[in-house]
Amino acid sequence: MSLHTQTIIELRDQLRRGAVSAREVTQAVLDRIQAVDDRLKAYLWLNPDDALAQADAIDRGSKDQPLAGIPIAIKDVLNVIGQPCTCGSKILRGHTAVYDATVIRQLRAAGAVLLGRTNMDEFAMGSSTENSSWGVTRNPWDLERIPGGSSGGSAAAVAGHEAIAALGSDTGGSIRQPAALTSCVGLKPTYGLVSRFGLVAFASSLDQVGPFTKTVADAALLLGVIAGHDPLDSTSVPAPVPDYQEKLNAGVRGLRVGLPKEYFIPGMDREVEAAVRAAIGQLTRLGAEVVEISLPHTDYAVAVYYLIATAEASANLARFDGVRYGARVRGADVLETYAKTRGAGFGPEVKRRIILGTYALSAGYHDAYYLRAQKVRTLIRRDFEQAFQKCDVIVAPTTPTPAFKIGERVDDPLQMYLCDIFTISVNLAGNCGLSLPCGFTAQPKLPIGLQLIGPAFAEPTLLRVAQAYEQATPWHTERPAL
Amino acid sequence: MPEDPNQINIDHVAHLARLELTDAEKNKFAAQLKDMLVYVAKLSEVDVTGVEPTAHAVPLTNVLRPDEARPSIDPALVLKNAPESARGLFIMPKIVE
Amino acid sequence: MNYEAVIGLEVHVQLKTNSKLFCGCATESGAEPNTRVCPICLGYPGVLPVMNAEAVRKTILSGLLIGCTINRYSKWDRKNYFYPDMPKNYQVSQYDLPLCLGGAVQIAGKKLGVTRIHLEEDVAKSFHFATTSGVDFNRAGTPLMEIVSEPDMRSPEDAFAYLTALKEILITGGVSDCDMEKGQLRCDCNVSVRPVGQAQFGEKVEIKNLNSISGVRRALEYEIPRQIAARGRGEKIFQETRRWDDDAGKTLVMRTKEYAHDYRYFPEPDLMPVTVSDAQLAEIRQQLPELPEAKRQRLVSQYGLPEYDAGVLVATAALAQFYERAAAGSPNAKAVANWMMTVAEIHLSPVQPQHLRELVAAIDAGQISGKQGKDVFAVMLATGQSPARIIQEQGLAQVSDPGALEGFCSQAIAGNAKSVAAFKAGNLGALNALVGQVMKLSKGKANPQLVSEMLAKQLRNT
Repeated sequence: MSLHTQTIIELRDQLRRGAVSAREVTQAVLDRIQAVDDRLKAYLWLNPDDALAQADAIDRGSKDQPLAGIPIAIKDVLNVIGQPCTCGSKILRGHTAVYDATVIRQLRAAGAVLLGRTNMDEFAMGSSTENSSWGVTRNPWDLERIPGGSSGGSAAAVAGHEAIAALGSDTGGSIRQPAALTSCVGLKPTYGLVSRFGLVAFASSLDQVGPFTKTVADAALLLGVIAGHDPLDSTSVPAPVPDYQEKLNAGVRGLRVGLPKEYFIPGMDREVEAAVRAAIGQLTRLGAEVVEISLPHTDYAVAVYYLIATAEASANLARFDGVRYGARVRGADVLETYAKTRGAGFGPEVKRRIILGTYALSAGYHDAYYLRAQKVRTLIRRDFEQAFQKCDVIVAPTTPTPAFKIGERVDDPLQMYLCDIFTISVNLAGNCGLSLPCGFTAQPKLPIGLQLIGPAFAEPTLLRVAQAYEQATPWHTERPAL
Repeated sequence: MPEDPNQINIDHVAHLARLELTDAEKNKFAAQLKDMLVYVAKLSEVDVTGVEPTAHAVPLTNVLRPDEARPSIDPALVLKNAPESARGLFIMPKIVE
Repeated sequence: MNYEAVIGLEVHVQLKTNSKLFCGCATESGAEPNTRVCPICLGYPGVLPVMNAEAVRKTILSGLLIGCTINRYSKWDRKNYFYPDMPKNYQVSQYDLPLCLGGAVQIAGKKLGVTRIHLEEDVAKSFHFATTSGVDFNRAGTPLMEIVSEPDMRSPEDAFAYLTALKEILITGGVSDCDMEKGQLRCDCNVSVRPVGQAQFGEKVEIKNLNSISGVRRALEYEIPRQIAARGRGEKIFQETRRWDDDAGKTLVMRTKEYAHDYRYFPEPDLMPVTVSDAQLAEIRQQLPELPEAKRQRLVSQYGLPEYDAGVLVATAALAQFYERAAAGSPNAKAVANWMMTVAEIHLSPVQPQHLRELVAAIDAGQISGKQGKDVFAVMLATGQSPARIIQEQGLAQVSDPGALEGFCSQAIAGNAKSVAAFKAGNLGALNALVGQVMKLSKGKANPQLVSEMLAKQLRNT
């Protein structure tokens, strides 16, 4: 009985029955990490003694909390008190978090074992985890390939069974895209559903924290733990959290599934297209009605994103100046200290985006770039609002291609940005999105993800459709050969 | 020679952002950013007449908290994270006006 | 060529709230460095701001106090620049939709316009050493109101009067203690000169490091002639920032950046806009305190005080409040005022307002004489005891009992035949001598008014 390959729900059942202890579960996952992480490189920081101590504490208790004893990996972008928090960046080398993010407090209250910190693209900027200052994480399905990004470490950990579940963050696809490339479930909640307090900000109006899990049912469970209004986050919505497991198995009969014609583009990988179309066929057989819809401003989404996200990021990252925390490079004066600290501490992708964002906001260019992008963003939101009048859920590919090889796109940032073409609009509109496995390419065997997109706060519908599809297909049972 | 609208004045912008760049970086970024600006220029095709910019992702207003004092953090914790501190202060090279 | 000065003032006021603008750290000053901080006001990675409701209310209140229009929809913006006293290297402020627009401050003889009031977060404090500087973030995140005036001031006196009036208004409103020495009120000045009659403004110079209201006046008294003299010599005035050196008595060019800041303002994504409803505005209006000028007029009309007296009594809010408490229910509000005018800052003495009222009542009822009243008042000032207690302890109560007085009067008449005869002969002044006798017999306690009447009556009847 390999505990580390099981799901939250399976383990929870055993833990509650007393068939297995929390320590055994955590030990099993730690053993797995020991066995494979030198190849996968998903983890940046691990404290086995600390994890086992947490597990022991759970064993001493009643184990009735929703995640009691479940080891969960945390993307290095979330503050966990006493743990390092580097966001994959040299500029935060040696920095220790002095407070818990709200989602971490929620996990603790739910009895989760906070396992360790996973690798990511620096400050969440990237689609491959190649932008991490600490080296790249490998895709468990093919160690020569990227796991996706920016939450590549969390995705690889879950897909490689180095964690039962993980938390990541999604600004333009950073949960969904790696989930698709590694064959796990990745959910980006509606903006405002999950607290951002303690999430190191990349783009404030786009960021959300979300779960990586092995199954849709696990995602529903984990989402229920981290969702909810937070008085420390002014953008968090004061609405009650529904029971995400209540209607999970209601099926898709009577639901309308929208197919955006702009998302099936020439140049898309044929196997990806075929898998996604097959998935749509499956949904039809399950009783869903497929409707063609249009999202006319799709073509502008990447441009809008790369102006707004970089503009917000240029301000959010200004605090990294070597004054109060992080690594400092001392200069002759204040100006030089700032410039050298940031020049040395930030990697090239981060610097590139800060420059673009600063430029988009600067005098003389603000209206043409930043302001115009925010207006087109409104049009993108409207596209979705109109589309959701005709359908309950939109279905699309998550990524245009399966995982590419490490190094293949690093020299072409624009090409890299186009990876996000199917996921980015969801963040711009503030909607919810989920990726789940829908097949593999033939040779090599690489995961393909199906994306479901819902209107704001429609996670119950999203999860219900995903559950129906998952349970009718074998993909979620596949495991990498690692 | 008319100014190329897609050519970012890298020195100026890097200064605004307090980023020290090597010459190699400047050249590389200038070229890459130029490509990006050419790409984002497609936004000028869109008719945005009468369209309000999206300032916030959620339509909330008046998110306010009561004026209650709470305990502050132990200064030792934060000074420990400081690259340089002395006499309870965060130390920087001398600030000159 | 005659020149005139054009002056505008930018005033920053620390609001008197319990906690900072975005976090629960206490705003009290004087703490050890970096002991009133938290991850939020330190700009730690991952933190988010949550707006202090009282800071918003106090800003709206301030706007109402000086006649501003309150923007029904107001929002927050990021002002981006790097400085060691900036925890995030952007300051959350308000750019295009501040809480208050317009308004004016009334000084003697004219109204000085205000352009806007907005709410923002204060920055940290730096200390400078030989080769380093140290930053204390206790102040960072304190709610700060920025009041920008129209360039309506024309003289150092205007500026002095504006600041004095503004300070009193804000103190009265409970918005801030406005102590410039504690940095609770800070002022930067913009001043230019132009030929009289020219509509266009001259180049303006910004003056910083103004640490007192009289310092502002002194700085302007130096700077205006300096600019005029320079123009007279044919020199151009450049837009620059100068530092006022109070000891040297001059402004000096600061080493500022060569170009204007590009603040790259954009709407703050982490904070939601504020909407002010009619009901909220009405509620805040109800909480408006009375301003000094209105109070002065009311004291004149309500209590019948002379203009001068009313003016003295409204000099500070506490003094005016003392007066109203003392005068409440008194049939002789003017007398109450008179007593207050005899001593400075009675509200800081041990005297209770109701005691003043009781003192006036005791004198008016004839319980003690006016002369005795002065002595009683002196004891009140020294001890804070009530007049009733003092009168009793010192046995000062005037004897007004007719029986006792009749007795004394008869005695005096019997013992002073000469005065009696003089009075009856038509010398009315002789009565006073008899009154004096009665006062002596009664050990000064007889009510002289009654005695005088009684003697006259007795003498007429004999």
